[in-house]
Amino acid sequence: MSTLTSPLRPKRSKLLTGAMVLYLIYTLVPLLWLLLSATKTQDDLLSTPGLWFGKSFAFFSNIKDTLTYNDGIFLRWLGNTVLYVVVGAGGATLLATAAGYGLAKYKFAGRRAVFAVLLGAVAVPGTALAVPTFLMFSNLGLTNTVWAIIIPSLVSPFGLYLMWVYATDAVPHELLEAARIDGAGEVRTFFTVALRLLAPGIVTTLLFAVVSTWNNYFLPLIMLSKPNLYPLTVGLTQWSNQATGVGARPIYNLVITGSLLTIVPLVIAFLLLQRFWQSGLSAGSVK
Amino acid sequence: MAESMAHQSAEQVRPVSAAGRRRRRASQDGKGWIFVGPFLAVFALTFLAPIGYAIYLSLYRNQAFFGGKVFVGIDNYTEALQDPKFWEAFGRVAAFLVVQVPIMLILALLAALAIDSARLHASGFFRIVIFLPYAVPGVVAVLMWGYIYGDNFGLAANLNDLFGTTAIQPLSAHWMLPSIANIVTWEFVGYNMLIFYSALRTVPGELYEAAAIDGAGTFRTIRAVKLPALRGAIVIATIFSIIGSFQLFNEPNILRTLAPNVITTYYTPNMYAYNLSFAGQQFNYSATIAIVMGVITAIIAYVVQLRGSRESL
Repeated sequence: MSTLTSPLRPKRSKLLTGAMVLYLIYTLVPLLWLLLSATKTQDDLLSTPGLWFGKSFAFFSNIKDTLTYNDGIFLRWLGNTVLYVVVGAGGATLLATAAGYGLAKYKFAGRRAVFAVLLGAVAVPGTALAVPTFLMFSNLGLTNTVWAIIIPSLVSPFGLYLMWVYATDAVPHELLEAARIDGAGEVRTFFTVALRLLAPGIVTTLLFAVVSTWNNYFLPLIMLSKPNLYPLTVGLTQWSNQATGVGARPIYNLVITGSLLTIVPLVIAFLLLQRFWQSGLSAGSVK
Repeated sequence: MAESMAHQSAEQVRPVSAAGRRRRRASQDGKGWIFVGPFLAVFALTFLAPIGYAIYLSLYRNQAFFGGKVFVGIDNYTEALQDPKFWEAFGRVAAFLVVQVPIMLILALLAALAIDSARLHASGFFRIVIFLPYAVPGVVAVLMWGYIYGDNFGLAANLNDLFGTTAIQPLSAHWMLPSIANIVTWEFVGYNMLIFYSALRTVPGELYEAAAIDGAGTFRTIRAVKLPALRGAIVIATIFSIIGSFQLFNEPNILRTLAPNVITTYYTPNMYAYNLSFAGQQFNYSATIAIVMGVITAIIAYVVQLRGSRESL
């Protein structure tokens, strides 16, 4: 029997699956805790076991309270986050796609220098740049405006790298030549011919840019001091900080429900788009 | 222009159409800047300019009483290199890096190998669920774990109640760094797993067939075929993780509200630079700390890359 089982299609192992289930539990327990905690009132949070429901089921009233607390500031933060994500991550994807395509398909002078500078810059810790960026933006009068968040979000070196690798194989030179012989300009060729072929790579780049913008914390923390410009991340920590210090007004249930609401859109996006980003990532790792 | 003409005449023997195409290619290649230019412009504004500005700041010092600034050369750097707070913070992230990064990457590697092995039931389900924490914003992950760690409510308190002890104190001075390491591991195992898994997918099937014909078992195949194929991905993941460790900020900064006596304002180099700027108004010294950390990170990342590529020869 065992000689008939090809090593290429080994039989499933219960032991291995069991070990992986343990890791799966570790991954899921905090999320389960969050989900269960979002159904509890503040009293239940403090008095009932973490991994089971509380005495009352307050899920919907928690959501309502989260959305309406402080004149609906949570919705404002959500709107800000969406704005930063749409303009920031959208713009970052566009810039990275165009630049990756340019680097892959045109052999212009200075191409290697661009690569060297990018590589060097990626090694510099992003947060190390934050303080000087803040001082610069403050001199330019950009702090406490949406631009302070959007402009730095527009650069994604990882996205550029991904699109560069992807464009090298995905767009054949012959096709570009054919478009040129037909008299199409370079920019038009990019938009009409190349963009469609780059789609899986673009989805991957966009998704990762969305995650980094949606999760952005450090930059808005230093750039913004007006709560009505905060994204969700900074807003939630502000709510959480409310529980300590002078005049503490803990709103644990709202922080927890707000956290859950912050996670949901990204999880849905990843689940729905997994076919795209997984193929895009595989292509990126070939090189 | 003269050069391209000379080039052409030297190759006159070639068919005209080829020469024509080459000329068209040459003039088109310059147009690559149309596509790369916008990215580079924003890159210059958000990466290069701040680096330059930080270097400029680090060479000056504000005068406390007289106002204005004076050029001090490398004085800020000598101060930083002799600053016990800086070295304490640096030692902490270095210890964090040495322990947390291997644990995280080995877990990610094991998960990737397990999912790729075809011996797992429902491997697609495992892949997506283990990756899921990456989609959770870091801030939310820290808030969530912070509450779980707390002795007010959360699982740490539940466990203590259950066993009738007070032994589990994730937010105490002794356990804080491992507690932070746990959060970072939880967040990033799935991401690294996916990098490794994607690299494994690109191994050609013939290699496995050859290994099978040679009589290699599962572990032999992993050692001889899969690990070499993963080398590049491991080097990249290691570099990203090192950079991430040295940048450690979000987790300690958010947990600070829960444990203000455990986490100091200089718990990590980044927190030190941040608090120097925004609590102490010492922008010049803060920029110096940022540059020193940037240089150290870049050197270590470079060494790892060098070693990684040398071993692959």
